[in-house]
Amino acid sequence: MKSNKFGFTLSEPRVIDYEANNRQIAEYIFDHEPTFRLCIECGACAATCTAGQFMTFSLRELNVLLKRGENDIPRQRIKNCMFCGKCILVCPRGVNTRGVIFHAREAFRKIEGNERF
Amino acid sequence: MENIVVIGGGVSGLEAAGQLARMGYSVTVAEKNEKTGGNVKNWYHLFPDRRDSKEVIDYLNKLASHPDIKILTGKEITEISSRNGKFDIKSSDGTVLEADAVIVATGFELFDSRRKEEYGYGIYDNVITSADLEKMFRSGGVRLVNGKLPEKVGFIHCVGSRDEKVGNYYCSKLCCVTAVKQAIEIKEKIPGAEIFCFYMDMRMGGPYYEELYREAQEKYGITFIRGKVSEISVNINGKLVTKAEDTLAGRPLRMELDMVVLMVGTEMPEGNIKLAERSLLKCSENRFFKPVDNHYGSNLSGKKGIFYAGCCVAQMNITESISHARAAVSEVVNYLKNR
Repeated sequence: MKSNKFGFTLSEPRVIDYEANNRQIAEYIFDHEPTFRLCIECGACAATCTAGQFMTFSLRELNVLLKRGENDIPRQRIKNCMFCGKCILVCPRGVNTRGVIFHAREAFRKIEGNERF
Repeated sequence: MENIVVIGGGVSGLEAAGQLARMGYSVTVAEKNEKTGGNVKNWYHLFPDRRDSKEVIDYLNKLASHPDIKILTGKEITEISSRNGKFDIKSSDGTVLEADAVIVATGFELFDSRRKEEYGYGIYDNVITSADLEKMFRSGGVRLVNGKLPEKVGFIHCVGSRDEKVGNYYCSKLCCVTAVKQAIEIKEKIPGAEIFCFYMDMRMGGPYYEELYREAQEKYGITFIRGKVSEISVNINGKLVTKAEDTLAGRPLRMELDMVVLMVGTEMPEGNIKLAERSLLKCSENRFFKPVDNHYGSNLSGKKGIFYAGCCVAQMNITESISHARAAVSEVVNYLKNR
C-alpha cells in the first residue's frame, strides 16, 4: 500500500524475521569459505577498509546481515569492495575476508542469476 | 587434636577438609544438603574440557574419606559465635559444634529464573535452565515436553546476572563458557539442530575458553547473536517466539525456537545472608561475604579464626575454588600455630 492520498505512507517493518528470510547466500559462503563462521563482528576489517572511508561499506555489517538472510543491503553494497585485501591482514580471527566477499558475489551471481556480480 | 569446622561440603569445603586432615588436624564438615558435592554434583560435563563431573566428585570424596574427617549432612549452620578463642557453630536442628577455627565454604546457589517472568520459566513448556539441561544430558536425552527432538534451540545469557532489575549488578562469570559447552553438546547429540546464543558480551576469560568458543563457531556452526532477549511468548504452533535486538545489525529480530535454555547466574544463598547477620560477618554490595582484602586477604573474614574458601566470596570455577580452599587452609594453619 503505497498510496499517498492522505499525505502519509506505511513504513515497512524493520524487524528481522528469521523464519521468513532466505539464508541461501550465507549457506553458499559457509560451504565455500568456512572461515566466514569465525567472525566475531569486531569491526577491524571495516576500520582499515579504504572503500569504507569513501563509501558506505562495512564488511562487519554485511557479515551479520548475510547470516540473518537480510540480503538487500549486501546485494546493494558488496561491489564497493576493491579486493585490496587489507582486511585479511587485520582480522584477529583468521577470516579470509576477501574470500567471503568473493564467494558472496559468486553466490549472488549463481543463486540469484544476477550477472551484475 | 585441634578441630576445625568446615561449613559446606562442596568443592571448596571438601578440598579444605582433605588438606587439613592430611596436615594432622581433625575436621568436621557440615553440609546442609543430604549429599556433599555442592553445585558440581548436579552437572554432567565440565567446561572447558568437558570431562565428566563425576571425576571431580570422586577426587573430592577420596580426599575427604580420611579417618580424621567427620561429614555431617543435612546440617544447616545458622550462627557462628566465639568465646575464649573457641567457636560454637549452631545448626538449625539445635545442635552445637565446637571448633578451634572455622572455614566458611558455603558457595553459591543458582538464580531462580521465575524471577525473570518475561522469559516464561515455569509458565511455558520447553523454557528450561542450564541446570535442567545438565539433568537431561545425564539422563540421556534432550527432548521437548512432547518427546520430540528440538530443531531450534536458543541460549539466553546473563539470566539473573548483570541485571539491575533483579538486583544483581555482577557478572556470574561461569555461564558464558557453560552456554558454549552446552551448545556444542546439543549439536553433538542432535546434529541437525540450529543453535543460537543470545549474549550481551562473550566473557571467555579462562584457560581454553576462547578456544572452545572458536570451536563452537568453526566446527559446530553455532550462531552467536549480540542482543539481550526482551521477552518470549508462545504462538499457536507451540513455538517460543523470541524477541531481541540484533545489535550488530542494528535491527530488531524475531525468531521462533523449539527450546530456550536460560543461563542462570549465581547468587548468595538467603540462608548465608542470615548466617552472616547473626555471626556479624560482613557482606559486600553483591551480598556475597566480604573478605578483608580482595588481593591478598580474600580468605580472611575480619574475625580471627573464621576464614572463607571458594564461591562464598566471589564467582570461581573449580580450579579457582580448589586453589582458594588450599589458601584458606594455609591461613588456618598459620592462625592455629601463632594464636
